[in-house]
Amino acid sequence: MTEILLPLSYLIGSVTFIIGLKMLSHPDSARKGNLVAAVGMTIAILATIFLYTDENGNKLGNYAWIFGGLVIGTIVGTLAAKRVQMTAMPEMVSLFNGMGGACAMLISIIEFKHHTSIPADLYEEAGASALKMIPGTLFITIIVGMVIGSVSFAGSIIAWGKLNGKIKDFSFNGQHIVNLLLLGIITALTVYVVAVRPDATVALFYAILVISLLYGVLFVFPIGGADMPVVISLLNSFTGVAAAFGGFLYNNPVMLTGGILVGSAGTILTILMCKAMNRSLKNVLIGSFGGAKASGGGGAKEQGNYKEISLNDTAVLMAYASKVMIIPGYGLAVAQAQHVCHELEKILQEKGVEVAYGIHPVAGRMPGHMNVLLAEADVPYEKLLEMEDANDQMSSTSVVMILGANDVVNPAAKEDPSSPIYGMPILEVERAEHVIVNKRSMKPGYAGIENELFFRPKTSMLFGDAKKVLQDLVSELKQV
Amino acid sequence: MDFITQLFADPATYRLLTIVILSIFLGIEVISRVPSVLHTPLMSGANAIHGVVIIGAIIVMGQAHSDDYLALILGFLSVVLGTLNVVGGFVVTDRMLEMFDKKKKKKTT
Repeated sequence: MTEILLPLSYLIGSVTFIIGLKMLSHPDSARKGNLVAAVGMTIAILATIFLYTDENGNKLGNYAWIFGGLVIGTIVGTLAAKRVQMTAMPEMVSLFNGMGGACAMLISIIEFKHHTSIPADLYEEAGASALKMIPGTLFITIIVGMVIGSVSFAGSIIAWGKLNGKIKDFSFNGQHIVNLLLLGIITALTVYVVAVRPDATVALFYAILVISLLYGVLFVFPIGGADMPVVISLLNSFTGVAAAFGGFLYNNPVMLTGGILVGSAGTILTILMCKAMNRSLKNVLIGSFGGAKASGGGGAKEQGNYKEISLNDTAVLMAYASKVMIIPGYGLAVAQAQHVCHELEKILQEKGVEVAYGIHPVAGRMPGHMNVLLAEADVPYEKLLEMEDANDQMSSTSVVMILGANDVVNPAAKEDPSSPIYGMPILEVERAEHVIVNKRSMKPGYAGIENELFFRPKTSMLFGDAKKVLQDLVSELKQV
Repeated sequence: MDFITQLFADPATYRLLTIVILSIFLGIEVISRVPSVLHTPLMSGANAIHGVVIIGAIIVMGQAHSDDYLALILGFLSVVLGTLNVVGGFVVTDRMLEMFDKKKKKKTT
């Protein structure tokens, strides 16, 4: 009876992952879906600890180590996830993704060490009995799992560093060729290590490890920060595939289904994200903003003068407007200004001004970033307009207030075919009567592109940190 | 070629390959239409699910000889990292989705 419990738990695990993912893709059931998957995961983990037996019927040992690791991981993971600011969510996801990749990488390293330590004459027998696998497949599985895991690990750490500003964009000429070359070396070495007896090529195995890590770093380095969500999603599916290779290694169905599901669903999600930004995946990976910056910036047209507007004038303008549309961007998130923003909205409404928010699908650092942020400040759901609706209402809007958004309102996306963001749908703020842009300085946005909007006649600039400016604006409005 | 014949000759491997192919299609079907607000939570949820790699870490850890310190330490590390991925992933996802819940409540009241 007990021997069916483990496969049964794994089956339950696989099913909950499928149901969980399905529910996660619908707004009403998303939170439950996450919970369902978490329960399935817990069942699969506990079943493995207590029920797993190897071919000879031996149970797992080292319980103290296992539970020690689980407890530490749970405490640190929960604290980190609970404490992280809403604004830092994206880098947190990337960091956790990297941990998963590193986990897959370590498993492969240990398994490789384990299988190459078996004496040559016992190799066939021991290898076969331990894992029920032919040695060739075994080592391919181990090495490919390690390569993908370490690329995902290194890449995620770089993505994490980029998102929190610790690492700057970096690219050099011919980087893509170097990357391809590295990939070629990894493939060649893998074939060689598997073809020749692996225990004679231990050093090469570690060479593959190092090159894979290097590849992960170089793969993410040149990609512009605005494209980071896409890259994280891609690395996410990589880790899924790495987990699936672990499933192959242990003949473990739940690792396999979980890993492959995330691998394929993650790939589709990556493509969906690209579509939301109207960019192709190839464009994101190869035509990086880093390279486009030089040509786009160099060919910049003569910029006119911009005009500034005082706080007082802004307050008056808004107070007597019939309708104000607020367009939030990453600047709002950085300044943690979502609560003040909600206050501004309430004060305007008391004065009889209609207020709405125009949300660009990729405003902020991740799709849905702004929705989450504003929801945290209790901004009512129906005030958040999606891009199409916001654009429809733009011509009846008297004042558009842009808070720390830049690329998503850049007219170059519509007008300048040489711009790297050309073709991306934008919020067409110029259809409104007045445009007020709050920024900290005239520096270009995250994509590194000049924004001509700031020099247009309708636009007035209101410089300063979003939170500070909004606080002052609220107190000004109280006096109007 | 020999390698591929071997792959298909082994029923266990063949079974796993079938699971892989079917799971790929399933993964695509399951999330073919997602509103863009859910992209981030979905990615985060998927991120937690691939933490299933923790099971491999547990097996490695449980099978390590008690005098093989390198394997013990690396295994321990991989259990910690895997747990971080699973627990952190699910908790972060839940926090994101909690915001959506709040929104919905606002809507009904």
